[in-house]
Amino acid sequence: MSGAQGQQEIRSDVVLAARNIAKSYSGIQALKGVNFDIRRGQVTTLFGENGAGKSTLMKILSGVVQPTSGEILLDGKPIVFSSTTDARNHGISIIHQELSLAPNLSVRDNIFMGREIIGPMGVDFAEEERQVRELLKELEEDIDPLTPVEELRLGQQQIVEIARALSVDSRILIMDEPTSALSAAEVEVLFRVIRDLTARGVSIVYISHHLEEALQITDHAVVLRDGSMTASAPRSEIDLAWVVRNMVGENYELGSPPSGYDFGPVVLSVRNLVVPDPAGGGYNVVDHMSLDVRAGEIVCIYGLMGAGRTELLETIAGRLAATSGEIVLDGKEVSHLSIGERIARGLALVPEDRQRDGLVQTMSVGQNLSLASIMEFTRGIFTSLKLERALIDKSIRDVTVKTDGPDAAIGSLSGGNQQKVVIGKMLATDPKVILLDEPSRGIDIGAKAEVFRILAARAVAGQAVVYTTSELNECLSIAHRIIIMRRGRIAAEFGSDVAKEDIMAASGEAEAA
Amino acid sequence: MTETSAKTVPAAATGALGRINPIKLLLKGRAFFALVAIIIVFSLLSPNYFTVSNFLIMSSHVAIYGILAIGMLLVILNGGIDLSVGSILALCGVVAGALMQGVVLEPLGVILFPPVWAVVVLTCVLGALIGAVNGVLIAWFKVPAFVTTLGVMYVARGIALLLTNGLTYNNLAGRPELGNTGFDWLGFNRLFGVPISVIVLAVIALLAGLILSRSSFGRWLYASGGNERAAELSGVPVNFVKITVYTISGALSAVAGLVLSSQLTSAGPTAGTTYELTAIAAVVIGGAALTGGRGTVRGTMLGAFVIGFLSDGLVIIGVSSYWQTVFTGAVIVLAVLMNTIQYGVRRAR
Ligand SMILES: Nc1ncnc2c1ncn2[C@@H]1O[C@H](COP(=O)(O)OP(=O)(O)OP(=O)(O)O)[C@@H](O)[C@H]1O
Ligand SMILES: [Mg+2]
Repeated sequence: MSGAQGQQEIRSDVVLAARNIAKSYSGIQALKGVNFDIRRGQVTTLFGENGAGKSTLMKILSGVVQPTSGEILLDGKPIVFSSTTDARNHGISIIHQELSLAPNLSVRDNIFMGREIIGPMGVDFAEEERQVRELLKELEEDIDPLTPVEELRLGQQQIVEIARALSVDSRILIMDEPTSALSAAEVEVLFRVIRDLTARGVSIVYISHHLEEALQITDHAVVLRDGSMTASAPRSEIDLAWVVRNMVGENYELGSPPSGYDFGPVVLSVRNLVVPDPAGGGYNVVDHMSLDVRAGEIVCIYGLMGAGRTELLETIAGRLAATSGEIVLDGKEVSHLSIGERIARGLALVPEDRQRDGLVQTMSVGQNLSLASIMEFTRGIFTSLKLERALIDKSIRDVTVKTDGPDAAIGSLSGGNQQKVVIGKMLATDPKVILLDEPSRGIDIGAKAEVFRILAARAVAGQAVVYTTSELNECLSIAHRIIIMRRGRIAAEFGSDVAKEDIMAASGEAEAA
Repeated sequence: MTETSAKTVPAAATGALGRINPIKLLLKGRAFFALVAIIIVFSLLSPNYFTVSNFLIMSSHVAIYGILAIGMLLVILNGGIDLSVGSILALCGVVAGALMQGVVLEPLGVILFPPVWAVVVLTCVLGALIGAVNGVLIAWFKVPAFVTTLGVMYVARGIALLLTNGLTYNNLAGRPELGNTGFDWLGFNRLFGVPISVIVLAVIALLAGLILSRSSFGRWLYASGGNERAAELSGVPVNFVKITVYTISGALSAVAGLVLSSQLTSAGPTAGTTYELTAIAAVVIGGAALTGGRGTVRGTMLGAFVIGFLSDGLVIIGVSSYWQTVFTGAVIVLAVLMNTIQYGVRRAR
């Protein structure tokens, strides 16, 4: 880094550079004069808390939004990207944090959307399909190119999104949280693909809240904090503690299982639950599963993607119907009740896909937060604005949503803060049993620690907590009991003192990786 | 609130004050400005336009569209569409007309003349029932709203034609000795100088506005229109909401049918043809998004008045009805264009 010689070398290495980029959204400064370099054939990782401005910076570099001030240099020459197509023509493509696929179209059509291969007889579907198969093979994913995207699980949709970005031969590939819904094995494959790309001279920008995972692939780390760059260093000079220190200023612990109290009676009891594949695959995604959870207990359900965790939770919450089995809440069978009635009885689900299942984009932050508790602030037939406001303010404080206020549009929040809104919405119903499907998806370590602290406090107060995760660290934090799901069944059950290797072996991850 | 947000609020406030964007203001209040512009232009063109009596007459015409448009607004907020309102209006009108002529009970050999209030109630129940059929087909049997209501549009119109054999009931006045007079009250009477139909519209609009902004049902409606899956997972009874909005739309079509046949003192099976489109236009001009989740009663009312005052104004200055059609179409396209600009700007991130 020192010496004129070194400086010169780094310069020539930089393919795309942001100089003094600032961006404000109606008075809010998302970026305050950021300098950011993308180096040829390297993985530059961008770290930062929720709302630090990472996605905003990437959207500027890929032409999605225009900066308020500052300039972008491509190969040392100033350039303005008027649109994503413009940026793509200059060899820059982006994988967005929030999926941008057309759910009704097939995998093939999504990947070639807007860039169809035209043959003599119109669109050459056969050639497109061949290329898609090749891409998916490279990503080691067994998906038929003709499946409609809406029938894929979230992780597979993310793979399709990645495949789409890969299908464009770009020089610079921006990945904004590409792995938030991927399993460990899928992440391994992605990393192999990234290494292939960098070996061919492609430059990568990588964003992730899975810090350890991200460090494996990083060549150069950059930290953003509150819209400014706070640190930047090559991989060889840094470690996890450095990242955390620069991101949040202190070290965070995900916590340990709360203790010093006795569990109450069993509040949730699942007996012999069978759920057929909702996509009509002809097999059972949940296969004769039984599970008891006591008041005050925290249970982590770990498993690979496709193990049936989401389906299990959705069935308990009432979104999917079981073909047989019982779901008993507080001693009463609830299988016949609607989702709303189950919520009223104290059973709440925080869904995995916040865009599709969690948020109402046309409503404000406040209205989203109060959506599941409308009856709490309804007096007679009318809602009480005062009670609602109190409930919203409490939720914003409880889950520390970073927002301009309850009337802000939900789309103006950063991804992690949107996730906190979904969690806050269900916690506001004051449930007896709270189910969370990948609650840490897209939230930074500070927020993750906060969410786990909130959940632990809820457990101490007598609520039962069940959450799923695909990250071992998150399982080995506050959970009293760890359940490993595999192909719709419980493969193993451990206490909180289990070794990582045992979990991996039981989930089938050891074989897969 | 957190400290960061406390700091950012004044910045945002000054930012907004610093540039009161005239284009944004125009976009937000577009239906209002359009109405003002229409009133000014026609007042300049015709001395008869800007008079209290003309406004009241025009308003009583608007009442029909307005009542339909409120039902349509609820349906559109839910992310649906109701093409059957014009036909339900006609069917309910002729059923009311038939009831006024007396119901023949063959086995007893008597003719029953139901009092006017009973006619009104029965007609509204009929409208609500047809609406409920729409709702059930859409919510439970997952038939797309467009197709369902298109089908019901034909069926209801066909039944109206069958019932009357294509003819029109011209005598709706009732007879004093039978005690069924008063049907023209809706269309002709005034309360403190205001036509009853306008008062009916005002009451319905007020109720709808209250329900949308202050009741839990309103919140459910906005949520399920904005993102049905998320609403359902938050405990919103989405099917109930859906069936209810189509039922209300059907009932309001019946009300509009009663008002119209009372105003015309006749009930014909071809009444209200294409009124569904006028209602949709009013909702859209009022700023609602056809994709659901966005829209207000105030906007829809302004939209209905824009359409009504425009077409009546054109009649008053003697423009041919062909041109009226052209103008109305242009206004609708302009309105949707502005919708996309407004929501497009907001969505771009
Ligand atoms: N369209 C918008 N309107 C208003 N504010 C916005 C908009 N988009 C982003 N912001 C604000 O800009 C800031 C930075 O957001 P950004 O999405 O870049 O964060 P991020 O670092 O990607 O966070 P995360 O890790 O949660 O994804 C946030 O405070 C956010 O509220
Ligand atoms: Mg982001």
